[in-house]
Amino acid sequence: MIPLWMYLVVAALLFCIGIYGVLARRNAVAILMSVELMLNAVNINLVAFWRYLAPQDMSGQAFAAFVFVIAAAEAAVGLAILLFVYRTKRSVIVEDVNLLRW
Amino acid sequence: MIELNAQTIAFAILSALILGGGLGVVTTRNLVHGALWLILSLLGVAGYFVLLSAPFLAAVQVLVYIGAIAILIVFAVMLTRSMTSLGEVRNRQWWISAITVVLLFLLLAVGIILPVWGRGAPGDVTTLSATVGGAVELGEALVAGDGFVLPFEVASILLTAAMIGAIVVARDEEDGQA
Amino acid sequence: MGLTGGDVLTTCVDFINTLAPCLVRAGWHGDIANLLSLLLGVVIVATVPLLTVILLIWIERKFAARIQDRIGPNRVGPYGLLQSLADALKMLTKEDITPTGADRVLFNLAPIITFATVVLIWAIIPFTPLHIGADLSIGILYFVAVGSIGAVKVMIGGWSSNNKYALLGAFRTIALIVSYEVPMILALLVPVLMAGSMGMQDLTHAQGGMWFIVMSPLAAIIFFIANLAETGRSPFDLLEAESELIAGYHIEYSGFKFGMFMAGEFMQVFTVAVLTAVLFLGGWWGPFVDQVPALGFIWLGLKTAVVYLFMLLIRNTVPRFRIDQVMNINWKFMVPLSIVLILLQSFLLRLVDVLGLRPAPELANDLLANLPQTLVLLAGNLVLGAIFLLLLQRHGRTLRKADEALAAVREPAPAGGMAEA
Repeated sequence: MIPLWMYLVVAALLFCIGIYGVLARRNAVAILMSVELMLNAVNINLVAFWRYLAPQDMSGQAFAAFVFVIAAAEAAVGLAILLFVYRTKRSVIVEDVNLLRW
Repeated sequence: MIELNAQTIAFAILSALILGGGLGVVTTRNLVHGALWLILSLLGVAGYFVLLSAPFLAAVQVLVYIGAIAILIVFAVMLTRSMTSLGEVRNRQWWISAITVVLLFLLLAVGIILPVWGRGAPGDVTTLSATVGGAVELGEALVAGDGFVLPFEVASILLTAAMIGAIVVARDEEDGQA
Repeated sequence: MGLTGGDVLTTCVDFINTLAPCLVRAGWHGDIANLLSLLLGVVIVATVPLLTVILLIWIERKFAARIQDRIGPNRVGPYGLLQSLADALKMLTKEDITPTGADRVLFNLAPIITFATVVLIWAIIPFTPLHIGADLSIGILYFVAVGSIGAVKVMIGGWSSNNKYALLGAFRTIALIVSYEVPMILALLVPVLMAGSMGMQDLTHAQGGMWFIVMSPLAAIIFFIANLAETGRSPFDLLEAESELIAGYHIEYSGFKFGMFMAGEFMQVFTVAVLTAVLFLGGWWGPFVDQVPALGFIWLGLKTAVVYLFMLLIRNTVPRFRIDQVMNINWKFMVPLSIVLILLQSFLLRLVDVLGLRPAPELANDLLANLPQTLVLLAGNLVLGAIFLLLLQRHGRTLRKADEALAAVREPAPAGGMAEA
């Protein structure tokens, strides 16, 4: 049996990689992809905890399913906004998109 | 402590896929490569779901993430051609981010992982329960009155709203039609 | 399989499923026996469709030739049967070109993914009541998930070639695949509703009394058309419309890699035929299957052949759609139709339950006991189909009127050829 903490370590590492991508990348698409990594790390945790602690109760899987929904909605809206920004500013570098800054 | 069998080997390979793919996403200069690294990482997560006896989620993971989201990203990258290769990958504060992330990982390790470190599962469980809820149970839980029927409906409204919103935002105003 | 020493001898007759216990009995180590039987299963499931494809290419070429009033391949071997082998040899000996500026790794990866995704689907196809690669409880979802990787391979192939035509072809293909996935998945929900399961064996068992194509012909038609579009063949072959895009996303491929794309396409068509047979034509059900399970393989093969020949007929006789027509058919006709169909079908199934028309469990495989519910479902489907066809007819009439009005306006223009738009 693979112990639970191994799943948690991988999920934590993946989450941290995703956060690094969100904080350090300049390209908005790369940031979106990093957000997907973070969501997946969350999903690993949800399913692992579900399997090890409450396999009969479907809450873990149901939550993971809702994360899928959120991820799909986020990707669709995020990329639509990106396309719009690209059309108006000809750039998807987040530092160039500073209209709302002041 | 951990015996070498098919499961552990699969776990090791999948972990390498997940973490390698993740690192690829945040470091690669070419965004199409980044999206493909993302697909690799997501495939690894789908493998995890199979290992955790949630095949339904694994199939949905492949369908939704790889079939839909990854394709969406690749499409977006290609529709805006000059995005594929840009000069600087990281911003100027990337080292602050790196330190923050390492600290965060330590925090997670101490807070969540350490309590169960070295043990099979919390409460000293040594074997996994054989009875596992499958796709049927999940489906029933999602629409049961005492289950998740309200979040389920909210999620469907969210998806509809996101779809309409995405169309409204992304559509070309000058196009007039369509 | 859970077999113990006692019944090994009797079950050794069905050697494909019980190879491992047989070997153990013959004195092999358990792990090695298991590994061997798994490997053998994988090899069989993966090579049988491959070998069949070699024959299918010959059938397809002969079929097309007859329709076009030609003879077709007739030089290599008897009746030209070995033509495909000769072609394969020719492909292998051709120069393997990787274009300059291509992304080398991805360029080589695309044909492999193409092939792998098709072979993977064969793991869940029930050949007989006993023989199936893996009877997953989520069989249908597995098929859909594996199929959705198809878009990735197109994107990789089109992008890594570093060719504008390849990229444009890839865009068209993806738009097609992603769009037609929607009605396909919705149509797949109808058999799932009727069988109450997503497992392929359960779906086949549920068709013991009546095939699903009779109980819901609309779902079968939608599934068939959507899959036709997914395979990217005529009349949906605008991704490789020769006059516009040369060859679509695999334009830069040559030699063996091109051969893999081609074989992958042929295999996908064959796979679609098998899936249609399993999901809507009763799979391995047929006379005497209860006594001799291996007969199921033959029945499935016959049904597949019928579907496959029908697909060839469509490919060779229907002209190509334009891209806007393809999208209109999908989003304005097939998607609404399939959504309404699911609502109607679940309502009718409920009605059948309430009226007590559903056959008793012990009579589930009896044709007569299934007739009442079949009639209700069939009638619902026919009415829905008629309504949609009438709407389509009205829409076509308004379109034609608009066209005629436009033509009438253009008619009185000066006759100098300048009025031509």
